[in-house]
Amino acid sequence: MTKQDILKPENLVYQKTKLLTKNVMHYCPGCSHGVIHKLIAEVIDEMGIQNETIGVAPVGCAVFAYNYIDIDWQQAAHGRAPAVATAIKRLLPEKYVFTYQGDGDLAAIGTAETIHACNRGDNIAIFFINNGIYGMTGGQMAPTTLEGMKTVTTPSGRNHEMNGYPLKISDMLALIDGTCYVTRQSVDKLPAVMKAKKAIRKAFENCQLKKGTSVVEFVSTCNTGWGMSPHKANLWMQENMTARYPLGDIKNI
Amino acid sequence: MEEIKLMKGNEAIAHAAIRCGTDGYFGYPITPQSEVMETLMDEAPWNTTGMVVLQAESEVAAINMVYGGAACGKKVMTSSSSPGMSLKQEGVSYIAGAELPCLLVNVMRGGPGLGTIQPSQADYFQTVKGGGHGDYRLITLAPSTVQEMADFVDLGFELAFRYNNPAMILADGIVGQMMEKVVLPPFKPRRTNDEVRKQCPWGTMGKTDDRERNIITSLALEADVMEATNNRLQAKYRIIEEKEVLFEEQNCEDADYVFVAFGSAARLCGNAMDALREQGFKVGLLRPITLWPFPTKRIAELAQKAKGFMSVELSAGQMVEDVRLAVNGKVPVTFHGRMGGNIPSAEEIIEKFKENFNLK
Repeated sequence: MTKQDILKPENLVYQKTKLLTKNVMHYCPGCSHGVIHKLIAEVIDEMGIQNETIGVAPVGCAVFAYNYIDIDWQQAAHGRAPAVATAIKRLLPEKYVFTYQGDGDLAAIGTAETIHACNRGDNIAIFFINNGIYGMTGGQMAPTTLEGMKTVTTPSGRNHEMNGYPLKISDMLALIDGTCYVTRQSVDKLPAVMKAKKAIRKAFENCQLKKGTSVVEFVSTCNTGWGMSPHKANLWMQENMTARYPLGDIKNI
Repeated sequence: MEEIKLMKGNEAIAHAAIRCGTDGYFGYPITPQSEVMETLMDEAPWNTTGMVVLQAESEVAAINMVYGGAACGKKVMTSSSSPGMSLKQEGVSYIAGAELPCLLVNVMRGGPGLGTIQPSQADYFQTVKGGGHGDYRLITLAPSTVQEMADFVDLGFELAFRYNNPAMILADGIVGQMMEKVVLPPFKPRRTNDEVRKQCPWGTMGKTDDRERNIITSLALEADVMEATNNRLQAKYRIIEEKEVLFEEQNCEDADYVFVAFGSAARLCGNAMDALREQGFKVGLLRPITLWPFPTKRIAELAQKAKGFMSVELSAGQMVEDVRLAVNGKVPVTFHGRMGGNIPSAEEIIEKFKENFNLK
């Protein structure tokens, strides 16, 4: 068998996700963003809604999300993505609108915008990447940083007396009447990836069912910020992050 | 026959917004401009034109909703008053940086800080010199009547869409709150989505198969790329400065002395001018209608023959700096202003005028 035979379409067992662009990703090897981007791109493609979807990118490592998924994008100011998405959805109610936000963006500077978009029950999907650290600015404490976890702004480890507690914001959002679906997923193992993809699809589908806001939190890794290898970061996440942020549906109506 | 109505400036803004085909209004209550959103909610245009009206959780959220709507190519606006406008500045900078058209309204009150709910013009610097971060400009319209409050909505949107730049109606609390007769603009239908796509091919209304994806961002990490963006913005600003200056003048042709004032202050100066003319002083009035771009050229022309200028403002003296730059030292430029919500009387302006120019 020649190389050309192997490359025949009927022999393909895997191909690049159609809606991922050819741009080289700036994410560190081992980072969860790459997998989550890919899953979102796959779901949009499988639902056939490439031309019906508008994404809102955050400030943080994922600010360049618009470089990687082939749909219309807006880049929002830090924390303001849910307000931006609210307006898009209200003005273009037939479209699928989602935000993609990190823990600093969603759970610190954008807390008010997040809570109030959810409280209005705006029919958008919020994808929340929680890796417990500020990646882009160089590894500072996030609202979701675990107690005892070392960051460049908590060099002795997060101490609740000084820094407060790791914020379980998805649990808070589940209490709000406007949310219809709040779930916590991860992308560290194949079964988890498959489950996460289902959650993304459900969140997108909810956008047209007028049921309210969907929030999918991804308990993620930042191996660079955590100072670990990708493999160790996954193990550390499984042992420590999921203890504070247990996986599974928090709300599903 | 045209229909004449009696209403507040803030109400006129709301009615004009519905009539000129606005797609969305996003705001947060603050005195003295709350009537804008209250009137819109009362009119319920979502039942008639389909216009979206939404009370946001904060001024910060409201301006970012404007960003989201404007980035789709939709005709969107917000209104606020000074402290609220300060909160919106981050979003205004992003909107200017991403080159999005939208309409902002600031019905100014006295500051700094929480200040007072009484009228002021002390946000001139914030509006025409920056406010938010970075090198950007806002097309700034200064109404002095309720009629202009109504008319500048459509004009503001027109300028905003012509240049893909935010436009601001900078009104003082007097113009927002006072009632005058007004002829509202004729009804214009909202654009269809197809019309929006045609007018704003850069908008994020969902990709189509015949174009690449649209990305609205103000981010460019590489210095050369960011400098090129800035150069493009500056070139656009030079064209606006060349083409879009608006002002009104009275009695300037033979004037020895020229009042320069905008908004309510210009009305007061008009009264002072009339009285001084009766006393034999050759006084004129130049009222900038666009505060940016500023009528620099016209003021420089007048400075060739006038003996002096006097800027009258409801502030400690902000626009006077631009008058001085325009006059460029040729003749004296003086100032009178009141702060904290106080308003000078015509008599007070006349007295200060004589004192400033040593006249009897």
